[in-house]
Amino acid sequence: MSYVKKDLISINDLSKSDILYFVETAKEFKKISLQDIKKVPTMRGKTILNLFFEPSTRTKTSFEIAQKRLSADTINLSISQSSVAKGESLSDTILNLQAMKPDAFIIRHYESGAPFFISNITNASVINAGDGINEHPTQCLLDIMTIFEHKKEIKSLKIAIIGDIFHSRVARSDIAGLSKLGAEIYLYGPQTLMPRFINSDNIKIAGSMETAVKEADVIIMLRVQKERTSFYFIPSIEEYRNYFKLTSEILKLASKDVLILHPGPVNRDVEISGSIINSGKTVILDQVENGIAIRMACLYILLGGRHS
Amino acid sequence: MIDKKLNEIIFKNDEVNKIIDDLAAKIIKFKFNFSNLIIVGIKEGGVALSDLIHKKVKEGTGFDCLSGYVDITLYRDDSFAVKKTVKSTEMPFNINDKDILLVDDVIYSGRTVRAAIDDLICFGRPKSVKLAVLIDRGGREIPICPDFTGKKIKIPNKYDVKVELASKNKFIEKI
Repeated sequence: MSYVKKDLISINDLSKSDILYFVETAKEFKKISLQDIKKVPTMRGKTILNLFFEPSTRTKTSFEIAQKRLSADTINLSISQSSVAKGESLSDTILNLQAMKPDAFIIRHYESGAPFFISNITNASVINAGDGINEHPTQCLLDIMTIFEHKKEIKSLKIAIIGDIFHSRVARSDIAGLSKLGAEIYLYGPQTLMPRFINSDNIKIAGSMETAVKEADVIIMLRVQKERTSFYFIPSIEEYRNYFKLTSEILKLASKDVLILHPGPVNRDVEISGSIINSGKTVILDQVENGIAIRMACLYILLGGRHS
Repeated sequence: MIDKKLNEIIFKNDEVNKIIDDLAAKIIKFKFNFSNLIIVGIKEGGVALSDLIHKKVKEGTGFDCLSGYVDITLYRDDSFAVKKTVKSTEMPFNINDKDILLVDDVIYSGRTVRAAIDDLICFGRPKSVKLAVLIDRGGREIPICPDFTGKKIKIPNKYDVKVELASKNKFIEKI
């Protein structure tokens, strides 16, 4: 099994067997984080640039730890202190960095499509670490890995994705990835934040929180993206809380061994009750742990591939 | 064009069993503290052999040593020259101050063993590491020498040596 593309931009570029290959490889990398010496020499001499044009805690730290555990040399560019702040264009920034011969760029950008644009002007590998409202492929892979740790199959699981679907790159990638594995997906959220078109039989729009959660095997709660919605889409946070928060009451409708995921950061008691998190019913921290393994696997597979 | 006659069985069945028995006998004769010994097979070739040696050590000494496996994929000195699926290193115990017997089927350049030692050391600081191989075919590229050898044979570079021990029909062939 091998994967020969140089970049990971969209989950849509991966076949079902590619997804399983990434997840299987990540399982092996997960063990490295449990060793006494949490490091392997595999990527000695590889240089990786992390370009985060948007704030990030989990993804950025997780990519950096993944790189360090693989012995790569990593450089984090703080965009606010770079020449981007002086008005340099994105392509000039990348071409200049490209001249320093990095082996990979990890890109988080507020514009949808920025990593794709960058992948076309550099011969280094590019990994999309979240672009605007478009995609977040490594999050999708780590969600799939986390679900597989608890469920044998994803095929025909009922998976509810609840919240701001429209602005969520996590939702977009998760829907694409989980669909490839045959899940039944139910979407629910404020009308203004639902996708405009759905063209697949396995994706349904639920009419209520109850319909979405009822007998769900997996619930993926999304964050209310205050920075993107700026309250034009929902009347108020209080209203969102009243209608779209996952509470212990509603959760009782779900399947007995339901898994609750959240990509973080969590707005406690906005999209999900703090008590559900406190009681350990979510797998949010498993997602974070698996995030490192998935990113190690992505780097290993992409940088190791024989691509032209 | 591939010449099928190139595949030549060098040893089979009883001959192979004898080489394994001799190798196990050398290991048993050596003054190991068997209660402190871990037998570690190098994946994939060393797995079947290390299981056999483990069994024979148990029969010969009564000690049921711990056993583990190392996968060297991530420790290669040419990480990306050969694209391999990453497999597990299985070392579910503390190896600090243990005596380790590394086991592989064939030793050639010595690079695999170098990588295996590198992998081992990530799990702790063993008291000692010894190396047992079934076939030493020469051709070392780095200064590594097995402590216990089943059979030394000279095989030209153009051939591969394949060892099949897992099935009933055991054989060693050059390809």
